[in-house]
Amino acid sequence: MGGYFGSYALVVVLFAIGAVVVAAALFANRMLRPSRPTPEKLTSYECGVDPVGEGWAQSQVRYYVFTYLYVVFAVDAVFLFPWATVYAAPGFGMTTLVEMFLFLGFIALGILYAWRKRVLAWT
Amino acid sequence: MTGAVPSYLSPTGQEIVFLLLGAVTVGSALLVVTTRQLVHAALWLVLCFGALAGCYLVLTAEFVAWVQVLIYVGAVVALLLFGIMLTRAPIGRSADLDSGNRVVAAIVALATAAVLVTVVIDGFRTAYADLTPGRGAASEVGSSLFRNWVLPFEALSVLLLAALIGAIVLSRTDIRGR
Repeated sequence: MGGYFGSYALVVVLFAIGAVVVAAALFANRMLRPSRPTPEKLTSYECGVDPVGEGWAQSQVRYYVFTYLYVVFAVDAVFLFPWATVYAAPGFGMTTLVEMFLFLGFIALGILYAWRKRVLAWT
Repeated sequence: MTGAVPSYLSPTGQEIVFLLLGAVTVGSALLVVTTRQLVHAALWLVLCFGALAGCYLVLTAEFVAWVQVLIYVGAVVALLLFGIMLTRAPIGRSADLDSGNRVVAAIVALATAAVLVTVVIDGFRTAYADLTPGRGAASEVGSSLFRNWVLPFEALSVLLLAALIGAIVLSRTDIRGR
C-alpha cells in the first residue's frame, strides 16, 4: 500500500470500514429491538415537549451573510496553503508576500464593510 | 506532457475507477435536475461534487480535489441549502419545479456540451498525459500560481469583495438605494 494511489486506496478502505461499522450497528439494532409503533411514539422528539408546527421554517435572511462569509474565508484559506508552501522558497520572497497581503487586504475591506454596516453584530 | 499511448483495450485500475466515478458524477448530476425535492437536489449535488473530487484524485490533481471538497461540498452546498431555506419554506415535494422551457434548456445544454467536447478533443486529440503523482500537490500549484497567475489571483479577491458587499446589501433591508 505504498505510493500515491496506494495511500488513497487506504483512505477509501478506511471510509468503507467506517460505513460498514455504522451500517452493522444500525442493522444489529434493527434486528434486536422490538417494534411496536404508536402514533405518540412516532412524533418527533423535542426534549419531552409536544412538537409545534412543522419541522421546516423559513430562516432569516441575515444568516445568508454568515454563510457567504464562510465561503469567502474558505476560498481565502485554500489559497493560503499553496502560498505557505512556496513563499519562503528561493525565487519568491517579498513579492509573493506582498501579493498575498494584497489579496487578504481586499477581503479585509469586505469584512470592514460588513463590520461598519453592523452585519456582524447579533442584535 | 505527452508520452507513448498505451492500448485502450486493457484499461488500468485507475482508468476503470475514473470511468466509474464519471458515471456517478453524471448520474447524480441528472438526479439534481430531475428530482422533485429541492433539498434532495442539493444533497445529490454533494454526491456529484464528491465524485468529481474523486475524479481529480485519480488524475493526481490532489490539491484541486481537496479544494473541491472544501469549497464546493462544504461551502457552496451550505450556501445553496441556506438559499433554499431562506426562500422556499416550508418545503417538500414541489410540482412547479418544471420549467416551460424544457426544450430550449435541453438545446442550450447540448450545445454547451458540444462546444466543450469539441474544444477538448480539438485541443488534445490523441495526446496522452502521463500521470505522475506529486504534480498536483500544493507546492506545485503554489509555484505556478505565484509565478504565472498572479493577476487572476488578485482579480479573484476583488470578485469575492464585490460578491460579499452584494450579499450584505441584498440581505439588509435597512440599506436603501438612492
